[in-house]
Amino acid sequence: MASVAATLVEAEPGSVVLTATGEWLVAKAAELDRRLRAMQMPRDKRVILDLSGIDRLDTAGAWLLLRTEHDLATRGNAVEIRNLRPNFAPLLDQVRAGGMVVPARHPRPAHHTIAGFIARIGEVTLGLIARAYSILGFFGAVCESAGALLLRPRRLRITALVAQMEQTGVNAVPIVGLLSFLIGVVIAYQGADQLRRFGADIYTVNLLGVGILRELGVLMAAIIIAGRSGSAFTAQIGTMQVNEEIDALRTIGLDPLEVLVLPRLFGLVLTLPMLTLWADFVGLFGGCLMSWASLGIDPPLFLQQLRASLYPWTFWIGLIKAPTFALIIGLIGCYEGFQVARSAESVGRQTTLSVVEAIFLVIVADAGFSIFFSALQI
Amino acid sequence: MPNDPGEPIIRVRGLVNRFGAETVHDGVDLDVLRGEVIGIVGGSGSGKSVLLRTIIGLNRPVEGKVKVFGRDVLRMTDRQLRQLEHRWGVLFQDGALFSSLTVAQNIEIPIKEYYDMPLRLMDEISAVKVSMVGLPGDAGEKYPSQLSGGMRKRAGLARALALDPEIVFLDEPTAGLDPIAAGAFDELIRDLRASLGLTVFLVTHDLDSLFAICDRVAVLVDKKLRVGTLEELLKDNHPWIHSYFHGPRGRAAQYSETGVLTEQKTRSVAPM
Repeated sequence: MASVAATLVEAEPGSVVLTATGEWLVAKAAELDRRLRAMQMPRDKRVILDLSGIDRLDTAGAWLLLRTEHDLATRGNAVEIRNLRPNFAPLLDQVRAGGMVVPARHPRPAHHTIAGFIARIGEVTLGLIARAYSILGFFGAVCESAGALLLRPRRLRITALVAQMEQTGVNAVPIVGLLSFLIGVVIAYQGADQLRRFGADIYTVNLLGVGILRELGVLMAAIIIAGRSGSAFTAQIGTMQVNEEIDALRTIGLDPLEVLVLPRLFGLVLTLPMLTLWADFVGLFGGCLMSWASLGIDPPLFLQQLRASLYPWTFWIGLIKAPTFALIIGLIGCYEGFQVARSAESVGRQTTLSVVEAIFLVIVADAGFSIFFSALQI
Repeated sequence: MPNDPGEPIIRVRGLVNRFGAETVHDGVDLDVLRGEVIGIVGGSGSGKSVLLRTIIGLNRPVEGKVKVFGRDVLRMTDRQLRQLEHRWGVLFQDGALFSSLTVAQNIEIPIKEYYDMPLRLMDEISAVKVSMVGLPGDAGEKYPSQLSGGMRKRAGLARALALDPEIVFLDEPTAGLDPIAAGAFDELIRDLRASLGLTVFLVTHDLDSLFAICDRVAVLVDKKLRVGTLEELLKDNHPWIHSYFHGPRGRAAQYSETGVLTEQKTRSVAPM
């Protein structure tokens, strides 16, 4: 492979020849660039660019030639190009036609300065407020739609509702079951380990009963559903948004809230309590097996202790939260779906947001419930 | 490096593509010569894009041979294919620009991948490409979502040209452009071909593009290719080819390019 070179030779007083040879290609551009920049450029002379030695030329090479010509000219030299092979002329003309280009500035994150950082905090805060307002508005619109549906219940789309219940409920049974079982096992194991030191092994059952029935069963179910179905809602509605399907629905005279949102929301509100029930059961089952294996608490003893440890409403407290969580997950999932702009990238972004937001709000709501129940002293 | 000038730069033999029970290509043969612009036409769903994707190694055919630069694309390891890939550039239908990067960054991606180049030079080269494809100077700083459809295609072309490839594959470059933008794009391809000596593989629906810039045309009919110059294909009496070139739109495109109408009478309606 021929080497590349650009050499400067003083020919006669007041006149300099710059000879370019070899392959002026993008592959050699870095090397050429380095040599050209290192070169001591003459001033106020007559410079001849002798290109006869150039074997191959591409856009990058042509740019380097023209940049050199320009650099020389700005130093007051009279530049003359000589011996350019005719087949390179169109390329050189094409690049020359673009003129002296100004490289694009690369985007720089704005909050690298202190003022930028403070501005960013403000922007994010305002964004959050606007978002909360907008979600509230969406909730209102959904309530209105649901109200209209109550007046004319025959408009309820039973097929869609059942399909949603299958997707969000029935299909989630294995994963919810497996994870709840494992949570039960883990709590029993860790609880037993700690309580054994006080000789209070049997209280592992209390820990399991209260922990799973009041909090963990419903939280696990809600978090899995937020990841599984909340994200699916956003992705489905968002994709429809990208394809202009939502607009198509509107022009046909269908209400997207009624067609898309209500079946999903109702489906979730109906199925999450059932999934919670399932999670409670399997979680306790896992805990029971673990207690038996590691503490020797056999199932009849486990059940007896469980019955003694629970208040009648412990179970209901967990279950009551499920529809609320379902409402939050469904609402956020659908809302974020409608926020998708017309690009595939934004589907992904909103889906992520939807899951994070839904889980965040579920846990906030759970904390709210805890305060509420403790105020009621139950 | 350049293969034997006599040998076609792309050679496809006996290509068979099947998706499920549906056969898309059944024995496709094609030779593309160095430096020519070849147009691939065919009805919707006839497998034009599949042919393109097969040649650039994105789709594995059921049978057949594909040679690019004299080398068998289908029997290559991924690594060997990488080495060929910088000798061709591809413009996908909607530009396929990376949406999280600016236009300039999009153009720099292939350069960065193959060469170790100072940032400043890379920025200069990407700016040269931006101006070569006829985009305004500030386009390099913009994100793809801030550009119109026509500008996105130009930006996609700039990225395809980033490494000065020998072949560019264009998948319906003028689809969805207004006639003025489409005409300008044709002109751009013609200019770039003249200055860079490109071989252009052009998949298109656009009759005007065919008449304006293609040296030869390959028509996908009956799962096979019929290749010829425009004059030859205009005389072809295969029903689809005939109605394609002699339908109202075909005749309008011919007229605007050549100023003559073929023997078809202007008023008689060609079989559709």
